[in-house]
Amino acid sequence: MDAAAALADLTQVSSQIEAAAVFDESGALLASTPADGTRGRVLVEGARSLLAAAAAVRREGAPTVVRVEAALREGSVFVVSEGPLAIVAVTAPEPTSGLVVYDLRTCLRAVAAPAEKPKRRRKKADDAAS
Amino acid sequence: MRLRRLVVLAAVAGPALALWARHRRGSAAERVTLGYADGSAVTLAAGSPGAERLLALARALVDPRA
Repeated sequence: MDAAAALADLTQVSSQIEAAAVFDESGALLASTPADGTRGRVLVEGARSLLAAAAAVRREGAPTVVRVEAALREGSVFVVSEGPLAIVAVTAPEPTSGLVVYDLRTCLRAVAAPAEKPKRRRKKADDAAS
Repeated sequence: MRLRRLVVLAAVAGPALALWARHRRGSAAERVTLGYADGSAVTLAAGSPGAERLLALARALVDPRA
């Protein structure tokens, strides 16, 4: 699915999300909501800094950090990565964390899923006969 | 007389206690949770090593004007 369409679906199902951006492992912005490129790039840079800082504080021998949730009085920030894609979202204060993470993962999987090919119509036997 | 003292004390200490409780609740709410690829997670409370840097980075995203 197109990243912008997946983000549109995300904001439709999760009213707690105020802003979000999807990016790839190189840091390229794929889509953001609101669709403001500047805000999107700020979100991506911040998310990459968060992931780097989280990797720096992780315990010895721990696996890769794939989720960062920062809860603040003013709101929360979520960064979720899955394969080559990652998503960052800013929410209102005290969101339902589990639900937000689930929605973010669903959005990433929708972006990662290959586009559905249009089904080929099989010719009817009588068409072939004529 | 004693009752009057109690009322005065409550009037003075009440708002101060409410402010302190609000500040404490707000600080406790600030935290960072790191989730790992194996499904485990760790939560860092505000003030713990590493948490402050992560919270500062997150604050810049929640309020870009800050």
